[in-house]
Amino acid sequence: MAVVETRGLKKQFGEVKAVDGVDLSSKEGEFLVLLGPSGCGKTTLLRLIAGLEQPTAGEVLIGGQVVNGLPPRARKIAMVFQSYALYPHMTVFNNIAFSLKAQGVDKAARQEKVEWATSILGIDKLLQRRPRQLSGGERQRVALARCLVREPTVFLLDEPLSNLDAQLRASARDELQQLQQRIGITTIYVTHDQVEAMGMGDRIAVMYQGQIRQLGTPREIYDEPGDTFVATFLGSPPMNLVERDTHLIGFRPEHFLPKGVPEVQDNLVTFSFPVTRVEYLGADRLVYGVVAGTSGDTKTMARLPSTVTVPIEPGGDYEFVVPAKELKFFDRDTGLRTGPKPL
Amino acid sequence: MASLKRRAKRIAFYGAVAAFCFFAASPFLFMLTTMFRQDRDLYRVGKDSLFFKLPPTLDHLRLLFFDTNYTTYLQNSFFIGVLVVVITLIIAIPAAYSLARLTGRWGEQAGILVFLVYLVPPTLLFIPLFQVVVKLGLNNTLWSLVLVYPTITIPFCTWLLMGFFKSIPRDLEEQAMVDGYSRITAFLRVVMPLSLSGVIAVVVFTFALTLHEFIYALTFVSASDQRTISVGVPTELIRGDVFFWQSLLAAAVIVAIPVAIVYSFFLDRLVAGFTGGAVKG
Amino acid sequence: MRVPGLRGGVRVQLRYLLDREGLLGPLMLLPAIIYILALVGFPLVLAIAYSLSDVTAGDTSLDNFVGLDNFSRIIKRPEFRRALQNTILFVVVSQVLIIVLATTLAQILSQDFRGKAVVRFLIILPWAAPIALGTIAWLWLLDSEFSPIDLILRELHLLGPAGLLGRDAILGTDTNLVWLGRERLTMASVIMVHVWRLLPLSTVILLAALTTIPRDVLDQAEVDGAGFWRTLFQIKIPLILPIMGIAILFGMILTAGDMAVVYNLTRGGPVYYTQVLPTWSFFIGIEGGSLAQGAAVALFLLPLLLVVTILVLRLARRSEVT
Repeated sequence: MAVVETRGLKKQFGEVKAVDGVDLSSKEGEFLVLLGPSGCGKTTLLRLIAGLEQPTAGEVLIGGQVVNGLPPRARKIAMVFQSYALYPHMTVFNNIAFSLKAQGVDKAARQEKVEWATSILGIDKLLQRRPRQLSGGERQRVALARCLVREPTVFLLDEPLSNLDAQLRASARDELQQLQQRIGITTIYVTHDQVEAMGMGDRIAVMYQGQIRQLGTPREIYDEPGDTFVATFLGSPPMNLVERDTHLIGFRPEHFLPKGVPEVQDNLVTFSFPVTRVEYLGADRLVYGVVAGTSGDTKTMARLPSTVTVPIEPGGDYEFVVPAKELKFFDRDTGLRTGPKPL
Repeated sequence: MASLKRRAKRIAFYGAVAAFCFFAASPFLFMLTTMFRQDRDLYRVGKDSLFFKLPPTLDHLRLLFFDTNYTTYLQNSFFIGVLVVVITLIIAIPAAYSLARLTGRWGEQAGILVFLVYLVPPTLLFIPLFQVVVKLGLNNTLWSLVLVYPTITIPFCTWLLMGFFKSIPRDLEEQAMVDGYSRITAFLRVVMPLSLSGVIAVVVFTFALTLHEFIYALTFVSASDQRTISVGVPTELIRGDVFFWQSLLAAAVIVAIPVAIVYSFFLDRLVAGFTGGAVKG
Repeated sequence: MRVPGLRGGVRVQLRYLLDREGLLGPLMLLPAIIYILALVGFPLVLAIAYSLSDVTAGDTSLDNFVGLDNFSRIIKRPEFRRALQNTILFVVVSQVLIIVLATTLAQILSQDFRGKAVVRFLIILPWAAPIALGTIAWLWLLDSEFSPIDLILRELHLLGPAGLLGRDAILGTDTNLVWLGRERLTMASVIMVHVWRLLPLSTVILLAALTTIPRDVLDQAEVDGAGFWRTLFQIKIPLILPIMGIAILFGMILTAGDMAVVYNLTRGGPVYYTQVLPTWSFFIGIEGGSLAQGAAVALFLLPLLLVVTILVLRLARRSEVT
């Protein structure tokens, strides 16, 4: 087991700065998620850690050692690719045993280890099959088993659930997290799916344009976003941002409720909210409207749980409130979080 | 009415198929039948002279195999083919992999350059190459052809193999590298097994190319026992004005049919490599 | 905590030298480059050097520089114009025929029908026969006296003394066409044999190109009401144009640089009706021993080669974009 650290890591492809100065340090045995939209550099960062790309500048450390210049095979890592990259010409057994052969593990020990890993993942019946005969979920497990047998110092996972259908993804998420907790290996997990990130990560690093915008626990980055990118990237629907002079006021749709609904009556900030559209989603109602900002109206959303039964019609003008402590303030020009400002 | 139109279409379709087959294959039909005909039967101009009137004979095959160097030519062609295949694979496989994976943007440019080398026709090079061969003391030996043929096969096979290698997902090699293998062993243990059918197609193609080559074989080698079939057969079976027709045609068809059978097996792979290389640049 | 097996230092760097792609890539490419430079690049330079000197098979020293003498002397010879014209005619006509026939044939072979495997085998046959030997088979088929083709034409009353319906036969009243003895007909024969020989390769390439067209696009065209011809000219051909272009250029080079067909069928004759630059270069340079002039003749192919090269580069770039 080991911690992974990057210092001033940069990677440039021609003109494009894919990774632009990343300082990141994992904790021992933690589940660290790299979250960001596509093209934000998260996969490149993972590949730099794996040694599949060479950095333009900066250092990668695994277990306190600088591993720049070492090829992937010398880094004691295991990686699951988005495609799972199962070798199509080998059986499941040989796919899993392939890395053991590279280590020169003898045949009996290989057999034993493969059986151990496959029994953990419940795929011990599939050993003689070929990858093309497997379902998506089975392939994912084979890919994981392949990582397990290596007993790596670090697990690197590149969107391993994105090829599964929605139902399977939920259960796979659960299993993956349990597996990681059980073996306790430092894991770096790349995804663009915020539900995966929030649900599985011990900590999340939100990446955008090659940089880490915020690193923190899921609660920290959701409740206390460091800038407007993090604020609007996380949450569905995202945080509302209303312009006031030199700053932006942010509040989450679930905190934006009709006046009189919140039980606590003090310290509420009131907004006039002309409603344009209402969507009924079963558990929630999404209410669309505008809130007046300094330079014109801003599209704003409210998410009302079904327990709120106040009738709301499109075309009506309502008063909505937000608890003052749920208001976040950002600088209008830099997008960075600032202290509270007078309203 | 509609069914009449459809029937007309079908007839036109099969008519076209038959016409093409006739154009492509009828010379071989003549070769196959003519090789068994007696001289007196062949040199007739009468109405029915397309058909056997006298019993078929094996005399001309006997002449071909026992009284000419045909078997030597076959051996020479085979020997040259095998050696050229080996040289081509040893040089083209690493080059193709390098261009497909390791050399990035300038690799793409170099790949196109390799393709262009294939377009330099032997007719432009045979005179100076003849002198090179003479200087090396290889003229009049089949070693001159072993040396020179890879200049044709390496560029083309590099191009084909590049197409095959590009079609294999990068993830697989990277996975192998993460699994503890070096770039080279990952290539040998993952990429090569997956490109096997492509490599075999390249072997077939290289071999056939050496079998068909004419200009260099004609220019570099004049000793009869060192010739390839392409040059040896016509020079030995056409003596001045005398053509040993039946033996000549037999010599051609005996080589063509096995090659065509092998070709039709590997055609699809060959084409996949060609378009793969061409389309993906 | 220290990870076992992770060690830094120069020694380790050396051990992993071959893992560096910047080094491994050129290293794997090097043998091919050396081979090509030595046996294509060097001879090409040598060919140019020869053409500017007076080397012969007897005296191969390059010490006598004669400038463009060889070229000017060649251009003045009457055979030159004929060989150049023949080469261009040979390349253009056979390529037009090949591409039309190959497109048709590829259309046919992209359908499913009974006996397709056999048809495919038969179509490939001309490509499988060594070209010199295939040409010799045609030499028999086109024989001045016993030509089976003439025989069939006579049986159909298209040739010979017995015409159709009391009129003279369309192809003349002689018993034989003498394919390889008449000016126009000889060239036509050479072109026909060459088309026969190259058709399989072009067909196979175009067939591959056709199969890369997504099914959806063709379905959409059908839904949009496009008929056979509209689909062919407005959907299929534009989509396979880059590959078709490469196939054409390929064919042009193979045709322009080929001498096996002409050499074996006519030796450039009769007179020099079918002489092309490659055969003429061979007769002057190798059989006549004037290496300098032979090389100069062959070099007249170079401009053609350059044009084709530029076109290939353009096509390759365009197909990358799409």
